[in-house]
Amino acid sequence: METIDALDVYYRKLNDSIDSAIKTDKNITLSGVFGQRYIGRGLSKGVKIKIQGTPGNDMAAYMDGAEIEVFGNAQDAVGNTMNAGRIVIHGRCGDTLGYSMRGGEIYVEGNVGYRVGIHMKEYKDMKPVIVAGGKAGDFLGEYMAGGAIILLGLDLAEGEEIIGRFCGTGIHGGKIYINGNPDKYNFGKEVEKVSLTDEDIAFLRNHVDLYAKFFKKDLSYLKLEAFAKYAAVNKNPYFNMYCSN
Amino acid sequence: MLKEGEFRIPSGCAISGIIDKKGKRFSGEEIIKSIALMHERSNGLGGGFAAYGIYPQYKELYAFHIFYDNLSVKSQVEDFLTKHFEIESAGNIPTKSVPNIKDQPLIWRYFVSPKIYMSKEEVMDEDEFTSRRVIRINTEYKGAYVLSSGKNMGAFKGVGYPEDIGEFFMLDRYEAYMWTAHGRFPTNTPGWWGGAHPFTMLNWSVVHNGEISSYDANRRFVEMFGYKCTLQTDTEVITYLFDLLVRKHKMPLEKALKAVAAPFWDDIERESKEVQNELKSIRTVYASALINGPFSIVLGCAKGMIALNDRIKLRSLVAAEKGDRTYIASEESAIKIICDNPDKIWSPKGGEAVIALLEGGNNEPKF
Amino acid sequence: MNLNFNSPLFEVIRDEKKCVKCKLCVVQCSNKVHLYDEKKDIFKVDDMKCVNCHRCAVLCPTKALVIKKYPLEYRENAMWTDSTIKEIYKQSQTGGVLLSSMGNPNPFPVYWDKMLLNASQVTNPSIDPLREPMETKVMIGRKPEKLEFDSKGKLTTKMYPQVELSVPVMFAAMSYGAISKNAHEALARAADDLGICYNTGEGGLNKDFYKYGKNTVVQVASGRFGVHKEYLNAGVAIEIKIGQGAKPGIGGHLPGRKVGEDVSYTRMIPAGSDAISPALHHDIYSIEDLRQLIFSLKEVTRYEKPIFVKIAAVHNAAAIASGAVRAGSDAIVVDGFRGGTGAAPTRVRDNVGIPIELALASIDQRLREEGIRNQVSLLISGSVRNSADIVKAIALGADAVCIGTAALIALGCHMCRTCVAGKCNWGIATQDPELVKRLDPEVMYKRLVNLVSAWNHEIQELLGGMGINAVDSLRGNRLMLAGIDLNEKELKILGIKYAGE
Repeated sequence: METIDALDVYYRKLNDSIDSAIKTDKNITLSGVFGQRYIGRGLSKGVKIKIQGTPGNDMAAYMDGAEIEVFGNAQDAVGNTMNAGRIVIHGRCGDTLGYSMRGGEIYVEGNVGYRVGIHMKEYKDMKPVIVAGGKAGDFLGEYMAGGAIILLGLDLAEGEEIIGRFCGTGIHGGKIYINGNPDKYNFGKEVEKVSLTDEDIAFLRNHVDLYAKFFKKDLSYLKLEAFAKYAAVNKNPYFNMYCSN
Repeated sequence: MLKEGEFRIPSGCAISGIIDKKGKRFSGEEIIKSIALMHERSNGLGGGFAAYGIYPQYKELYAFHIFYDNLSVKSQVEDFLTKHFEIESAGNIPTKSVPNIKDQPLIWRYFVSPKIYMSKEEVMDEDEFTSRRVIRINTEYKGAYVLSSGKNMGAFKGVGYPEDIGEFFMLDRYEAYMWTAHGRFPTNTPGWWGGAHPFTMLNWSVVHNGEISSYDANRRFVEMFGYKCTLQTDTEVITYLFDLLVRKHKMPLEKALKAVAAPFWDDIERESKEVQNELKSIRTVYASALINGPFSIVLGCAKGMIALNDRIKLRSLVAAEKGDRTYIASEESAIKIICDNPDKIWSPKGGEAVIALLEGGNNEPKF
Repeated sequence: MNLNFNSPLFEVIRDEKKCVKCKLCVVQCSNKVHLYDEKKDIFKVDDMKCVNCHRCAVLCPTKALVIKKYPLEYRENAMWTDSTIKEIYKQSQTGGVLLSSMGNPNPFPVYWDKMLLNASQVTNPSIDPLREPMETKVMIGRKPEKLEFDSKGKLTTKMYPQVELSVPVMFAAMSYGAISKNAHEALARAADDLGICYNTGEGGLNKDFYKYGKNTVVQVASGRFGVHKEYLNAGVAIEIKIGQGAKPGIGGHLPGRKVGEDVSYTRMIPAGSDAISPALHHDIYSIEDLRQLIFSLKEVTRYEKPIFVKIAAVHNAAAIASGAVRAGSDAIVVDGFRGGTGAAPTRVRDNVGIPIELALASIDQRLREEGIRNQVSLLISGSVRNSADIVKAIALGADAVCIGTAALIALGCHMCRTCVAGKCNWGIATQDPELVKRLDPEVMYKRLVNLVSAWNHEIQELLGGMGINAVDSLRGNRLMLAGIDLNEKELKILGIKYAGE
């Protein structure tokens, strides 16, 4: 496994080095990462990158099957328009995580920022999943059109809210699973709470187990059947808003 | 080409700030490193810093940093200064030659105090007297621009990447208890040094990221209270808003923040009657002070640093704490590069200010 | 012999092939245009009486009726037009002052259409109005110059009363008398549903509508019809009507035939007697007298209601508005020269006053120069036609707008502009019980709700496009406007730049 020292390396050079490195060894480690953008952009299946430090914005943009593990926090727009692959972040993550992602999985150990999962969507068997261990900022799952977001809300302080406001506003597809029961006030008008099916519980079990494995946590105490599930009221939420002219 | 103030130039940006809440001073090296990391967010057309606590030997005096285009306007402005102020000390601000920094103006510094009889005659306090003189120099003397006018603080800015500007002004040789920095990404610029950020007024300094959509509503509001937005920049109007609310209207800082990043009416409805009444009153009276559109700002003043995001958080902002220090930056990596293991690191919520003020001290410093 | 030189304005054409002889047209036309001859089994038409209100055409089940401009034309003359000639015929025949209804229809510039709106692209993002919060609430009333807090940071300033509007729209003042009780009920119920206000106009407040008080602005005009303590306290605000855009400087005159029992009761004048509003308030001969009236109203309502002053947009509107603010008015309502009316002298309506866009821009600017704009609310009216006009008005500096004509159109008005006759086939501008019945408030209030809700959505869309999520940040934000087809002077008055500049 090759290690690339990213300290003080401009992002274009770093991404070039990654491209050349994976020609010989698809498993690489980046050390000393500070804010370099687009790490892992468009990379395909088989590539595995471990990152030490704080990768910059648009990490894993358009990623197409590669796997990235971050030992640290990540910034904004991680997994932007990602197609496939897996991201594991041992830390927290900024805003617009998984913007428009249409496939693959993202696991974040801690909290996630604003507009997480915004406009994530599914197509045929491509179903993106975001799992976050902490809480989320406002506009979680905004415009969501498919896939799933699982929010575990682990280790929240007393009175700390698991989601912000406007959760699922504009949602017209996909599911949001929340380990908690946030006030209706925090949700967009396009969302409704629906009951969990056995299939949901199996789905949750699978992803929670993976989360536990990645972050080496014992989550057997979680009562998956007590999770709240939210989905779109309607696939065409704005049908009645218009009149032709 | 028209310069700032003659038309409006939208720009994006990077911001960074560090404060030691115990007032311990440190060199400009770290803030340069932090803002330099976000190089990608600037485009070399503007960079700058505000530093607080740098002139302890003159802390009772207003420190004017002035750009001059030529010697003739310099002598005119100096005549004006001599007439209105006692000048304790004057000299050029030392700089060093840096390859990417060109076309610098004459850069001078004066430590002054208002002529007491004049401010008494005009029945205004020294701050108001000084701020009006600064506005006069900036509007009436073509080719002169006061870039800072506070006490024990100063702004350093120019056309270039912020790290180059920092080197140009040799900020590693200054010691401040608080630094803020700005890297600018203007859509176009005439290359005027005065147009770089931070913008300052008395002790206020503002660095800001994002372009606000409420600009003209805010501008026309503050201009009712005697301000003149000569630069037509967001930073200028934001500075005046805070100066108006906090200095002139004497609003407590946290209430002023509720005006510029007002909570939603729906959220206000859910508060207790008393809080509701207060928030409603603020929104009603200061509706035009609401800053709308995406922004993250770091506001500096003698008391400390306040960072704020717009209420739906359209700009990124990360805060961290370690020991006595509070850090703020547009990107987390810009903090991590100078503070590898913070005690706490978080993304402030939209509209929720991070307030990091100097601790202790018997005499409350003014904003 | 007194010859009537006039020819019909309209021609009613019946398609015999489509007509099923249901005679609905005969029944529906209050002007008696359609007649059915039983013996001959034919319809007769009196074109002379047709006002082109479309009632018959709209209700005709087979759409057999069409109304067209009467084809008889005078010889083409750019100076002596048809209407000029006809007006002379009317006046020479009757010796009367010409009266017209609704707003100035002449082709003066519509400045709304000469201003274009801005939108965000890249440097500041637009905001998605459907999914993100988009606030259109406004607070109307006087604001203190600043708020004060005690040493503990607690607010100590006592606020002046405010009227809260969920949308920056109110229904303009239209009196009971000028319009029907059912029209009033529709307006009141819609205002209640929408969280906005309607305005009683100068005809008092029907006892049945006191329950809509929190959505009511009561008006005090020179005639003081139906004005008493209970009335003044019935709404959330009081409007002093100084003038009206359609007839600045002119009073009102509700003919006795429109003063039936109920109007009589509401206005507190004898049935059948004319209700004459003087051209001026005889307790206001100067600006300090306005202050006296404002404070008498504040006294009688215990300072719990904001007092609006409504003026017509006249040449020195800016100075008048400034005076009104200083006289204690909490909101200024400015009505432009295209504002509607039940009846106004034609020459006044068509020649007096100035466009609301220019008046608004200069008033807002003047109040800002004087540093008092923030202390008062500024509302405008006078042919606000759609949500884009509203957005432009707010960007110029208005807090909110009042809509009269647009609201009536929502209620079915077809703009035939013959309100003065009192025979409104749509049940709006009439007191004839048979006609009033045609306007079902239960059905019609929903149309108003629909209209204002749709406009609110559109306002939100436009705001979002500009990257603004509260209407507060649009107010006076003239950078959001760009002029097109305007000269330097117009741009200067409007305080906007030319498109592309």
